[in-house]
Amino acid sequence: MEINGIAAIGAGLSAIGAGIGIGMIGGKALEAMARQPEHSGMIQTNMFIAAALVEGVALFGVVVALMQG
Amino acid sequence: MKKTVSKLIITSLLVFVSVVSIFAENQSSKEEGFNPTPQILHHIADSYEWHLWGSVSIPLPVILYSEGNWDIFMSSSFNHGKSKIIIGDRIYMIDHDHTSPTHHQIIEQNDKKFTNLSITKNVASMILSTLLLLFILGKTSRGYKRKQAAPKGLQSFLEPIILFVREDIIKSNIGPKHEKYTMFLLTVFFFILINNLLGLTPGAANVTGNISVTFVLSMFTFVIITFSANKGYWKHLIKPPGTPVALLPIMIPIEIFGVFTKPFALMIRLFANITAGHIIIFSLISLIFVASNNGENIVAGWSVAPISVLFVLFIFLIEILVAFLQAYIFTLLSAVFIGLAVKEESH
Repeated sequence: MEINGIAAIGAGLSAIGAGIGIGMIGGKALEAMARQPEHSGMIQTNMFIAAALVEGVALFGVVVALMQG
Repeated sequence: MKKTVSKLIITSLLVFVSVVSIFAENQSSKEEGFNPTPQILHHIADSYEWHLWGSVSIPLPVILYSEGNWDIFMSSSFNHGKSKIIIGDRIYMIDHDHTSPTHHQIIEQNDKKFTNLSITKNVASMILSTLLLLFILGKTSRGYKRKQAAPKGLQSFLEPIILFVREDIIKSNIGPKHEKYTMFLLTVFFFILINNLLGLTPGAANVTGNISVTFVLSMFTFVIITFSANKGYWKHLIKPPGTPVALLPIMIPIEIFGVFTKPFALMIRLFANITAGHIIIFSLISLIFVASNNGENIVAGWSVAPISVLFVLFIFLIEILVAFLQAYIFTLLSAVFIGLAVKEESH
């Protein structure tokens, strides 16, 4: 299927996934930090781990888009 | 305060509208504008010379080994791909065929096999960053030999970072046996960090955005995990604890697959984050050239420039955060995987 720019659409879709995922992670982390401020450090660490894993998956999509277009 | 804010909003809206009208003037001419993609890809890719600015570039040595002969010459002999190098019975040239998979690479015309061990831009940049690392970390470690009461200077700057990596990343994830892996994990952390940061400087090479480099780094993690895994780890691959027997046909392929996808994800995550950051920065700067159509419409170029530079500054600050974060995440996930591999059975 030769559609110009479909690779860019694919990259944009995977960015939507990353945005939703990391937004939810950040939101839940902030909620948890508000409920228990004394554990902020641990919550922040785990937030970064989860965000990096979600972003890794989204970047698979970006890499495939880069290879295609 | 409110008056200045509303004045600011109105002036920025006026600027935006005037810029958009300049764009509209260009579109009616119905010709291909400036395409920034080749320039952007050239900047993030590896090359045989170190291009600094304009037409100033440092040629780097090309080292080829073919059938027992070492052919070493400077990459400037290629004359930007126009000349062929004839040494003995071997003819080397840069492949200009757009459809071939070896496009822009060195090929040998008589189809002889050769090994390419050249000092490319990425290799030269890695040598520089390694020397920088040896100097900085060497100076820090020599400070401890002198046994002064309080660290000062470079030592006091690096000590919290090193302690943070050792305590929060290595010790807390690997547990009692962390001594063996501290060296590798600290090295990988500082190597990725300094190459990420150096890649953001002007004229730098995109080292950690090169998939071969990240492949080797994740290969190190994979080898360390495989060779230090104890029996519990392999047993968990065959029979994850707590799964009902009916699920085993699905779990075993997934677990075996997982052994390879975890280092693969480490490689892709670092490569894509750094390369994507560089592409965003280059694209936003190219906005100026797209708006001015590569020098034809100077007014449009100058009016887009402040907006473009502001965006680039914002992205640059994010990229500095990403540089630290990606080094931290790579080290953290490597420590977590090693910790899983050497974990003692807790009954």
